[in-house]
Amino acid sequence: MQSDRSLNLYSLWTTFRELTRSCVIFLLLCVWAGVCAAQDPGSGTALLHKEAPNFVRVDLENRELNLRAYRGKVVLLDFWATWCASCLLEMPHFLAWQTQYGPRGLQIIGISMDDDPALARKIYKKMKLNYPVAMGDEKLGKSYGGVLGLPMTFLIDSQGTVQAQFRGETDMESIERQFKPLLHP
Amino acid sequence: MKINLLRRSGIAALLVMAFAFISSQIQAQIAPISTASAFSVPESQWLKPEALLHLQRTNGVDKPLILQVGSHMLFAQAHIPGSEYAGPGSQPVGIQQLQNRVNALSRKKFIVLYCGCCPLNRCPKLGPAYAKLVEMGFTNVRVLYLPDNFGADWAEKGYPVEQGN
Repeated sequence: MQSDRSLNLYSLWTTFRELTRSCVIFLLLCVWAGVCAAQDPGSGTALLHKEAPNFVRVDLENRELNLRAYRGKVVLLDFWATWCASCLLEMPHFLAWQTQYGPRGLQIIGISMDDDPALARKIYKKMKLNYPVAMGDEKLGKSYGGVLGLPMTFLIDSQGTVQAQFRGETDMESIERQFKPLLHP
Repeated sequence: MKINLLRRSGIAALLVMAFAFISSQIQAQIAPISTASAFSVPESQWLKPEALLHLQRTNGVDKPLILQVGSHMLFAQAHIPGSEYAGPGSQPVGIQQLQNRVNALSRKKFIVLYCGCCPLNRCPKLGPAYAKLVEMGFTNVRVLYLPDNFGADWAEKGYPVEQGN
């Protein structure tokens, strides 16, 4: 009888230990998943550490937009569209960053992937964007490795080299953490 | 020792799955689903990319009409071979274009809709396009499951793509 009870207690203790260990493994898996999610989502891109493909466009204010003219500045090149809710959520951050970090050499450039420029122009005015926005096309998309989903943002350093690519909905703090060290003090 | 580790990993995996399931259920309870959301499409109507590939590569099966209802600019860069651009599902003009394309077809026609313009939980195009086809009486409509976007969930997996209009 006594031995049966000991056996039951031992079995309970073993199960409890197993469950505790499983929970620890589960928590570790969660931490690992979190770390993976926080990492640069575009670390595998073919354009990384290569010269950003140049383009010359006319922006929504009818001014020439030549990427090469921004050498010496850190550029965040944002591919977006009016139908992309995630893009619209990111834009107030870009607007604020342009004001805050512009004097330290940050330049945001928007490329609208809308089929209809009128839609992009409407949002540009409504959000009072303080950075140039031009219309994109499939040729420009292809030159950046294929913009086959939005949002997509490239971080280009002052030498014109792609330092990071952010695909899909990205933690804005993580983008800020990556461009800040590249700016003037 | 190895068996213990396997058992613990198994239990941990089960806990992860349970956690994911409960989270998705809670999310589903919190967010009301409108027809503008891609999640208004019934779960049973989602088609995984692998299943569509299998259909395309298998002889003697009913080949679906594949329609992209997202962005033409994205379609021109890369699209599923044989698919057609049917207008932006988020706009009345796109819904009209879709309606014109399928109007003459049998209501039993197997149709696959896809978009992949942005993360599925934010896609404004699939829900209205699917709702339109159902409203028109189509009974065999499936929607391609591309949770992140067409690039990540199709092109980068090495699945075939075509370029052009």
